[in-house]
Amino acid sequence: MSANGKPPAGRKPTRQAWERETLAESLRKSPERDVAFTTVSDLPIERLYTSDDLAGGWSEGEKLGYPGEFPYTRGIHPTMYRGRLWTMRQFAGFGSAADTNARFRYLLEHGQTGLSTAFDLPTLMGRDSDDALARGEVGKEGVAVDTLEDMEILFSGIPLDRVSTSMTINAPAAVVFCMYLAVAERQGVPFAKLSGTLQNDILKEYIAQKEWIYPPRPSMRIITDLMAFCAREVPLWNTISISGYHIREAGSTAVQELAFTLADGIAYVEAGRAAGLDVDAFAPRLSYFFNSHNDFFEEIAKLRAARRIWAHVMRDRFGAKSPRSWMMRFHTQTAGCSLTAQQPLNNVARVTIQALAAVLGGTQSLHTDSFDEALALPTEQAVTVALRTQQVIAEESGVTNTVDPLGGSYFVEALTDKIERDALAYIARIDEMGGMIAAIERGFPQKEIADASYHYQRQVDRGEKSIVGVNKHAVENGRRLDILKIDDEVERAQLLRLAAVRTRRDGAKLARDLARLRRAAESGENLIPPMLDCVRDYGSVQEISQALVPVFGTYREVSVL
Amino acid sequence: MTADRKLRLLVGKVGLDGHDRGAKIIARAFRDAGFEVIYTGLHQTPEMVVATAIQEDVDAVSLSILSGAHNYLFPRVIELLRERGAPDIAVFGGGIIPEEDVPGLKAAGVLEIFTPGTSTEDVIAWVRAHVAPRALG
Repeated sequence: MSANGKPPAGRKPTRQAWERETLAESLRKSPERDVAFTTVSDLPIERLYTSDDLAGGWSEGEKLGYPGEFPYTRGIHPTMYRGRLWTMRQFAGFGSAADTNARFRYLLEHGQTGLSTAFDLPTLMGRDSDDALARGEVGKEGVAVDTLEDMEILFSGIPLDRVSTSMTINAPAAVVFCMYLAVAERQGVPFAKLSGTLQNDILKEYIAQKEWIYPPRPSMRIITDLMAFCAREVPLWNTISISGYHIREAGSTAVQELAFTLADGIAYVEAGRAAGLDVDAFAPRLSYFFNSHNDFFEEIAKLRAARRIWAHVMRDRFGAKSPRSWMMRFHTQTAGCSLTAQQPLNNVARVTIQALAAVLGGTQSLHTDSFDEALALPTEQAVTVALRTQQVIAEESGVTNTVDPLGGSYFVEALTDKIERDALAYIARIDEMGGMIAAIERGFPQKEIADASYHYQRQVDRGEKSIVGVNKHAVENGRRLDILKIDDEVERAQLLRLAAVRTRRDGAKLARDLARLRRAAESGENLIPPMLDCVRDYGSVQEISQALVPVFGTYREVSVL
Repeated sequence: MTADRKLRLLVGKVGLDGHDRGAKIIARAFRDAGFEVIYTGLHQTPEMVVATAIQEDVDAVSLSILSGAHNYLFPRVIELLRERGAPDIAVFGGGIIPEEDVPGLKAAGVLEIFTPGTSTEDVIAWVRAHVAPRALG
């Protein structure tokens, strides 16, 4: 009998005995709930994890190591958040450059420690505000940037040597980065003092986010030029933020997010080496960007597995010598796709769980989504709650008191191993295809993600996966909320400003700059210095991007359903 | 008689918005429901979508818009369908569209707007109830 919860006298507490006696009796009396015990990504989860689940050669020294040491499973710093908290970095950008500048200053005043810029869709696609395809989208999802003048307004009154700035831009990343350099020049800040991150991850655009200009291979050339330039001139700048975030938002599983992102990372390192760069000269400036979704332990395990895989890839596959190349640093954002328009305040709870997972996964910086983002861009009130959520975790919850509090948990370690194995299997398949660029060209990751997202939607439709407020506990009229509206006036004002810049600038000088940029593209010379000249002379994002099209071509997707 | 023929639906992404998760899911759900589906792919202008809709003789155009540009793009597509002599092609859609924008879009001729959280089954049921095969002239 084990009704009192103790093993019968005289028997050792073994798993087999527990299953035979205590568990069997419990199941007889009250069976488990009739649900699938799986993660949000559909990984099966066992009833109980014990040291048996870590058998088969699992060794603490090899799998975990110590914080700040290879393979960094427990974190990249020896003291983690006891030393320094993560950077609270709320992504912001909407309307005009002046509107976003005001939001930046508001966030800095309220204790935010880094800036993060969202650009509008036309800018992300390398189109000016007056392009036909930009109609109705100027300043809607982010800030509109056409020329250096917009960037001057965006960072006005913000000393660039005292903030770290993240810019979420990819296809025209080099152009916008040159604009940031030019603003620094005008502020008298040397390039060597600039710190921040450029997303600049074009591979995930073809996989998930779909904002591109050129085909993959010439796009990789721009990226290696930027890596080479920054290694020399802007040494504190993170040149690529290799992003799983959008892969996950496009509907991938946690394992796919991890595997495709790391495969992208491998492709960038290979491109850098093929361009003749020393791996230890550029790899320390690569950083990662992950999603943190609802399934708490799956996310923590994913982040821990990510560090371990990358450390092995860099040391063993690429022969990197510097520990700074082995260490995976990453930013995390809570999962926008998990937010519901129904009962939007419930999103505060989701974001808290997701943010906590990111912290327990050892993130270096974090963006928490605002509860109203399934409806529109966030209001100031919602952004403040999101930032306060991080501050509560950091300053009240106590989870920062010790390094990797979940290390050694049978469940977390077993799940970390499982996610690592599954991700490595995907990476091996991509290697067999000839690497990520070849895999993208045959639509492999695109198709895997489309399948996963359709599978998940079917599960939600059938009620096999729960979304509180949507397919569970739904109410009528659950979405009343004041939301932020972007006035169409923003578009009109932006068009006027762009037209004024076009009249004022020295068109002949710009034409010479653009011709020189194109020649650099043909000759193989580093593109960044001539691009910087185009920017200084107020060339627009679209003019500069299009100057390279005759050499690089444009990309058209073959859509896979 | 055309009533028994399969519905032909165009699933379109207009504008620069690259969020195609919803469009792909709905295209696939329509296909699995037995409709004929034409998916435009990304980054289409309203002109391109309308040209495809007419060329492919579709019964309805469904647009997925998550960029905030819905108040421009939906009415523009409807206006172009009218101009090109195909006002009977139904237009509906979904995406991140604030509830307060829905009445204006319906007044502009959008038949229905589905917001996040709608099940694919509900959309399919709605299509069966509200979209009929067009009599082709």
